[in-house]
Amino acid sequence: MATIEQRAPAATGARAGPVLEVRDLTVEFPTDDGMVHAVRGVSFALEPGDVLGIVGESGSGKSVTSLAIMGLLPRSARVHGEVSFRGRNLLRLNEKELTRVRGRQIAMIFQDPMTSLNPVYTVGWQLQEAILAHQDIPKEQAWQRAVELLDLVGIPNAMERATGYPHEFSGGMRQRAVIAMAMTNDPDIIIADEPTTALDVTVQAQVLDTLERVQENTSAAIILITHDLGVVAGMADEVLVMYAGKPVEIGPTDGIYYDPRMPYTLGLLGSLPRLDAKGAEPLTPIRGAPPSLINLPPGCPFSPRCPMSRPHCDAEEPSLRPVAGLNHVAACHYAEELAGDVRADEVFETTEADLRALEELGQLGTLEEAEPAEQERERA
Amino acid sequence: MTSTTPAAEQADRTSAAPPILEVKNLVKHYPLTGGGVIRRRVGDVHAVCDISFSLRPGETLGLVGESGCGKSTTGKTILQLTPPTSGEVNFQGENLAGKTRKQLRRVRRNLQVVFQDPYASLNPRMPVSDIVAEPLIIHGLFRNQGKERVRDLLTVVGLNPEHGNRYAHEFSGGQRQRIGIARALALKPKVLVLDEPVSALDVSIQAGVVNLLEELQKRLGLAYLFIAHDLSVVRHICDRVAVMYLGKIVETGTRDQIYERASHPYTQALLSAVPIPDPKLERQRRRIVLEGDVPSPVNPPSGCRFRTRCWKAQDICAEQEPALVDRGQGHPVACHFAEPRSLL
Repeated sequence: MATIEQRAPAATGARAGPVLEVRDLTVEFPTDDGMVHAVRGVSFALEPGDVLGIVGESGSGKSVTSLAIMGLLPRSARVHGEVSFRGRNLLRLNEKELTRVRGRQIAMIFQDPMTSLNPVYTVGWQLQEAILAHQDIPKEQAWQRAVELLDLVGIPNAMERATGYPHEFSGGMRQRAVIAMAMTNDPDIIIADEPTTALDVTVQAQVLDTLERVQENTSAAIILITHDLGVVAGMADEVLVMYAGKPVEIGPTDGIYYDPRMPYTLGLLGSLPRLDAKGAEPLTPIRGAPPSLINLPPGCPFSPRCPMSRPHCDAEEPSLRPVAGLNHVAACHYAEELAGDVRADEVFETTEADLRALEELGQLGTLEEAEPAEQERERA
Repeated sequence: MTSTTPAAEQADRTSAAPPILEVKNLVKHYPLTGGGVIRRRVGDVHAVCDISFSLRPGETLGLVGESGCGKSTTGKTILQLTPPTSGEVNFQGENLAGKTRKQLRRVRRNLQVVFQDPYASLNPRMPVSDIVAEPLIIHGLFRNQGKERVRDLLTVVGLNPEHGNRYAHEFSGGQRQRIGIARALALKPKVLVLDEPVSALDVSIQAGVVNLLEELQKRLGLAYLFIAHDLSVVRHICDRVAVMYLGKIVETGTRDQIYERASHPYTQALLSAVPIPDPKLERQRRRIVLEGDVPSPVNPPSGCRFRTRCWKAQDICAEQEPALVDRGQGHPVACHFAEPRSLL
């Protein structure tokens, strides 16, 4: 399997080496209907201080990947592969050892801030607890640090606010408090799983602003998991696109956005209406739905929805391979056909309504002809 | 306007026609009761406060704003699903406020709705062909080739008519939203109120539904009131846009006026906050980060409602409510210090 390591030296130059390396991670859940192959071989390397964006639609396995890294999956999940953090395979650690890593070296920010905060304790107390769990310092000092962190993430009157309860915070402030909590022990990695998804745009702006501040003020590498390609564009150094439990394209952000070589990435970018577009460009919907992860047919999982699909695609699943002339890897047998400025609407069909059926509907006669029937009914 | 997009042409063509839907000084307050045994009225939630706009045949008006700004309440009040506190909703020249259910039924043949949640808006115990046929049956029109109509409607929205005897849960989110659209189209309405029709869908699916809505509009000459929080989708689909904040329209104009010459600070903040999927552009852009949160609609601020979060606020903003009028920007803006700014 061609992994990101092959091109890592070229992409990042001489650096100390990745802080996190995931190799061939697979996650399976046994269910009554059969085995769900939620993650089917994810490999990537995260450099210190970098931001990796993992994008994909619902059910693509992006959240399960992050939970597997953190060791937070339910017991029933079968996890294989290797998650190497500072030379240790996190998948082999027991609960006690993991607890020392979690929150201290790898922190996580979840989608819903209300469920990550305890409603019966003050925000300051919860931050203080997070500090004291990993550091042997006096309580007063921990409180001081908690207030500093709240101030850093942009909460006004941090001193006073620290004594407030989560319900007294607005949605944006809660999420910022959660971000502060993730920063408490100066972790090496922060995993943010859909940190802005439930939020309004102006609140999302506050949270993204805070994340950028975190990036400037700590040396932590960030894994940003989202379905929003816009959020990733401004922040990520590298992007990993997931589909049906597998990465289908990995590379530096610009390459992925300006020169996608996997039809799914191209279609996804083309399906996004853009704020800076005049509105005349047609959107490119991707027909069909993602496949069930229980009985995956052989071949490329995107093939049933792919306009470029050929018989070979259904026979053999493409693995990630370097794209000629570019610094990234893509999983498509025909990636070269997307070279150059191929527009999404040249590849994907854009018409939606069945125009012939619409005409037939018109030929059925006008609804007005049935008017007497209606009056009759009303009389009755 | 220099734009020659089809949508713009369409807007020009329809601008001369009289409005099909006109909302005048619409107000909706919900009573707020105390928690005791006797539910005493302790105040009002000012959900929609004196808003006016009009919709012409064949055009799309976008009503945008964040959660709690009153955009969905506006939609519901127009449909008379909840009665307005005061104000007029004129549809084809008739005021709908205060009409009886029977009178409204006749109106609703031309005024239909598609809801946000495709899981909650379809009856789980009815096969989809019955769901689509229901409006025809209610209006006594099913006898007139009803079965053929239902089959055609399902085909029109891109579904297989053979699947008509399946139930809603057997379809994906995007397909369910198409069923909702087919149902809304059954009576050949003139106006569709679309309340966040695509926000529950994944982007690749959302694009299909957006395209479908655009094609249907072009073919059937429908007018859409498109209620949404996603400013990118609104730019794509709407001819005119009204921006709402805390129950009020703060700025309204054609699509290009709003997106290229946004003049209200709130509109500017909204636009600057929407991420664009273009790495080079996005790294250069500067976000306007608003402090704090939307104030409670129970006790809205005096004067301009946005002043508590506005960087331009001065004494006059607290004393005098800015009217929604053209202040030299070419379109109405409710701000004492309106100034156009390009944010893209």
